[in-house]
Amino acid sequence: MIFSKRTSPYVSGKQDVSSIMRQVLYALIPGTAVLIWYFGWGMLSNLVLAIVFAELLEWGMLTLRQRPVRPFLSDYSAVVTAWLLAVAMPAFSPWWLIAIAMIFAIVIAKHLYGGLGYNPFNPAMVGYAAVLVSYPVQMTIWPAPVDFSVVHIDLGQTLQHVFAGSAQGWDALSAATPLDAVKVSLSLNKPLSDIYATGQFGLLAGQAWEWVSLAWLLGGLWLLWQRIIGWQIPVALLGTLALMASVFWLIDAQAYASPLFHLFSGAAMLGAFFIATDPVSASTTPTGKLFYAGGIGLFTYIIRTWGGYPDAIAFSVIIMNMAVPLLDYYTQPRVYGTKRGLQG
Amino acid sequence: MNSTYRELTVAGLWHNNPGLVQLLGLCPLMAVTTNFVNGLGLGLATLLALVASNLAISTVRDYIRPEIRIPAFVLIIAGNVTLIEMLMQAYFHDLYNILGIFIPLIVTNCIVIGRSEAYASKNPPLHAGYDSLMMGVGFLLVLVVLGGMRELVANGTLFAQAHLMFGEAARGLTLTLSEDFKGLLLAALPPGAFIGLGFLVALKNYIDKRMAQTAKSAKTMPINNFGETA
Repeated sequence: MIFSKRTSPYVSGKQDVSSIMRQVLYALIPGTAVLIWYFGWGMLSNLVLAIVFAELLEWGMLTLRQRPVRPFLSDYSAVVTAWLLAVAMPAFSPWWLIAIAMIFAIVIAKHLYGGLGYNPFNPAMVGYAAVLVSYPVQMTIWPAPVDFSVVHIDLGQTLQHVFAGSAQGWDALSAATPLDAVKVSLSLNKPLSDIYATGQFGLLAGQAWEWVSLAWLLGGLWLLWQRIIGWQIPVALLGTLALMASVFWLIDAQAYASPLFHLFSGAAMLGAFFIATDPVSASTTPTGKLFYAGGIGLFTYIIRTWGGYPDAIAFSVIIMNMAVPLLDYYTQPRVYGTKRGLQG
Repeated sequence: MNSTYRELTVAGLWHNNPGLVQLLGLCPLMAVTTNFVNGLGLGLATLLALVASNLAISTVRDYIRPEIRIPAFVLIIAGNVTLIEMLMQAYFHDLYNILGIFIPLIVTNCIVIGRSEAYASKNPPLHAGYDSLMMGVGFLLVLVVLGGMRELVANGTLFAQAHLMFGEAARGLTLTLSEDFKGLLLAALPPGAFIGLGFLVALKNYIDKRMAQTAKSAKTMPINNFGETA
């Protein structure tokens, strides 16, 4: 009789890269649906273009690097990167803007560092930061959510704008995002109560934007429940952001936005559940995750409040990605049976 | 005798290129190469400083006590660089203003002190002069290529501001890629310098690998562990 001589682990999970990525995509659906509800074809064209570019670039890089094409193309990792980038970029982004962002994300941040599993930086955020730094004008033109704008934009106009450049009167459709509006008004020394009175703001944060954030939160909670992500990163990120916002809000409620506003505007929810939790570029130890995500929350508040950009999830994630090797080194969990305080 | 010079040429321009292989002088390499003309200006200044200093150091190498050679070398280099700085201030004043602090910083450029310590302090003046000439040209080429690359990607132009070096007649040298080119600003910023240099080093390594392969002209194809069999 022959006994099996396998070593542990004896029970292996059924999760692999493609099933995890698929569940992340499912969790992205509610937030994306809300975005499409408000921005219509503009968000849809972002998504389609980003995914097409991502898969083309992925295919090109895999072929150049002589890696097996089919398993990597069908593991949805490039799709997730493209999806995150598409929902982060302003609706109705021109095609070349998305192409450049995807080149930085897939070619430079992912494949030049060794492909899936080897990238020290979050690919989607590298792509986003690269185009944000290079094309500040195009990256800050967010159209007003369709509810409030008078003009309705159909598919033909969308395609014309995305591929052929700006249509007539396009500027009239764009509006400041809530974070941007607050930042600009505060820099003009207006008290926050005046800003809130402009009617752009709802119960939690900006109208329309609070629904988007709530939908990201819903998808994120589902990911938590499915155990795709741990609780440490979202809790530490949102907790630090809320703590910082509370302290300054209590000091002066007219000069600093409320913690609710910070949590439910911009990319805070998207970042906490979907971006910072990237298993490759995030810290891997439980304690390390707390410090990593706490750092992101801290930097996000600092840059939002005193920095040059209205939102800061991308920069904060990239900054903390650099700290991950150090965090992982100093927060190794104690192996059972070894003494405390011994460094491996 | 000829073979020495040939070796020095190949080493300076390619196999031991200060910009691509030794990765020396990265500070000016990154900071100044936002366009072609800046790269050319600093490259020529470095080349002059390199050749003049190494010729001088090689000539007096037997009279300098080894214990104090580095301070002595730095003194000679600093003297030469100051001369070049004054010349640039007199004849290329606009370019001098643009390059600013990076001209006096040639004194601390690792390439200059590196060549004087590694080569000029042990070899006769003619060899040392030729070696530093080739190293300087190698560095100049990297500066110019990186500067041109970044200028092209960031602004869509080439040879902009050429009049700073070649006089007013050179204004027409500027090439513009396309009128409504929306340049990738990142290329002109510090990250663009790192990414650009990374691509240049990668290109050099790729060419080296290809040349090694063709030189071998192997009978068997190298086995690729990751290629698909189908």
